[in-house]
Amino acid sequence: MDLSFVILVEVLYGVASLVLISAGLAVVFGMMKVINLAHGEFMMMGGYATITAVGLGVNVFVAMLVIAPLVVGLIGLIVERLVIRHLYGRLVDTMLATWGLSLVFIGLATMIFGNTTTGISTPIPGFAFGGYQVNGYNFFIIIVSIVLVIAMYAVLRGTRAGLIARGTMQRSNMAAALGYSPDRIYMMTFFCGSALSGLAGAVLAPLVGLVPTSGGAYIAKAFITVISGGPSLIAGLVSSATSFGLVSQFFTFAISPVIGEVALLIAAVVLLRTMPQGITGRFFKGKL
Amino acid sequence: MGRNGSHDVIITLVVSALLIWLLPLMISTYTLTVLVIYGMLGLSLGLIWGFGGILCFGQAAFFGLGAYTYAIAAINIGESTLPMVLAVLVPAVFAALLGAMMFYGRLTDVYLGVITLVVTLILFKFVNSTAGPQYVIGNARLGGFNGIPGFQTLNVPGDPSAYIWGDPYFYVCAIALVAVFLLVTWLLRSSFGRIAVGIRENEVRMGLMGYDIAARKTVLFAIGAAIAGLAGALFANWGEIVTPKLFSLGQSAEIIIWCIVGGLGTRFGPIVGAAGLAYLKFMLGQQSMIDNTLIMGLILVLFVVFLPRGLVPAVASLLNSIFGRTKRKPRPRRMRTARHG
Repeated sequence: MDLSFVILVEVLYGVASLVLISAGLAVVFGMMKVINLAHGEFMMMGGYATITAVGLGVNVFVAMLVIAPLVVGLIGLIVERLVIRHLYGRLVDTMLATWGLSLVFIGLATMIFGNTTTGISTPIPGFAFGGYQVNGYNFFIIIVSIVLVIAMYAVLRGTRAGLIARGTMQRSNMAAALGYSPDRIYMMTFFCGSALSGLAGAVLAPLVGLVPTSGGAYIAKAFITVISGGPSLIAGLVSSATSFGLVSQFFTFAISPVIGEVALLIAAVVLLRTMPQGITGRFFKGKL
Repeated sequence: MGRNGSHDVIITLVVSALLIWLLPLMISTYTLTVLVIYGMLGLSLGLIWGFGGILCFGQAAFFGLGAYTYAIAAINIGESTLPMVLAVLVPAVFAALLGAMMFYGRLTDVYLGVITLVVTLILFKFVNSTAGPQYVIGNARLGGFNGIPGFQTLNVPGDPSAYIWGDPYFYVCAIALVAVFLLVTWLLRSSFGRIAVGIRENEVRMGLMGYDIAARKTVLFAIGAAIAGLAGALFANWGEIVTPKLFSLGQSAEIIIWCIVGGLGTRFGPIVGAAGLAYLKFMLGQQSMIDNTLIMGLILVLFVVFLPRGLVPAVASLLNSIFGRTKRKPRPRRMRTARHG
């Protein structure tokens, strides 16, 4: 009983962290068909922003949930204006340019923060459940990602801004004809996507030691989750994060964490081979 | 295209002979060797990406696989001839299987990128986790993140004690690169190469013309992997150690950067890009003012935004517009009058 509870929490945590890691990338890819390979570095910068803010005496939750997203969102805005907006519609070129950007950010972070591991302690203590120690922070991550998905759905479905964004996503020239500037909408979308990446990096920062290259650990997972999700933004994100989270946690418990990671990757290969357009290319068609 | 086949071969041979003779006077052969090896690695991706339109995010997988195959086989056999052959064959077979899985599944651009990336990551994670003594192939311990040191390096075929190293090894690598280059040239001149370019341009059209696209892409992919495997084996010989870093994402990224900077769709571009950038990195490594990665990243971004065709095509068209007008005026294309039958 105790064990099954712990496993349930771990599985939920696995799914939640995948959702969190991929959300920023999913927004940018789903809306703009831009694959931001600097996504991992955006997360890394979110982590650094949090640690710096905490070091300056800011409350850790304010730092994670407000400062980090804003800082990274602004960086994303600059990047979009300088580089990405020249490359819309050239999928492979945006991938390469953002890959270059990721290297630039790694270099910058190395020069500013040094090539050493930094970190902050988790702000929520763990607790014992039956015979097992449960990390209390995992619950925080699960709650954050649930709130995040609901918020994304609410914004896209319920607000005027969301409607305009979805319209632009489907047919940008029609949105332009109706008087909305796709350029500005793309800019805002990229800002939101970057802010989400920053949030994810900030929330996950207490769990990992942060080094300038730690973005690389996320990008592959995020990339795989988003692409496997397919064309629908939220349905794709949740369905692929759930399937990969289940697979990886199952094998982690059954064999070892390394096998869990490898199982996730193999699951991705199998999934893409059987559904080349992603999960939502076949199921949940036309959903958000 | 194939007008002056032998003419081109002679020019290639003369130019490369000159380079092989002159370059060691400027740069130490130890550094040159690795530049040549990277050139070959760049060429392998340049072939499948530039001419086949297959964007492979995992060319490093084949490079690393070649290096590991060589190291493991060399420890078990104690002689370098067969391991060299295996180091070409194993990545090629692996790529053929992987390619068949992908191309018969009709995966394209991004999805292809994800799968190749994932496969590289799987290899990286797996090899990294093999530190324990239970991971043994024959006499070779895989060694996890420490890699495999101390294997038999290249020797004269049939004589394991006659090592090839230092200057002679540079000549071996350089000649191997020239041979691979000529092979690639020949391949691209053949009907196979021209059909590959056709597939890159328009897959549906070539399919409707009756060519088996999946099979052709698979073969091309395997050839690219074989070249990368050869480069990996040569690299293993040069470094005298193989580590999981060969499989890393950073390595894959670098190969892509070389191709972009040098110029896609050319044979020289990737080689020039690889050797040039590797040398630049080597030079940058000697200072500590600015971080190395930063500059590589900036180069990639600037090239994608401002010079997406790459260095070699840009320089070629520049030279053409300055000098080439009198010499090589492209013949005005006349429409052939359509005839019936």
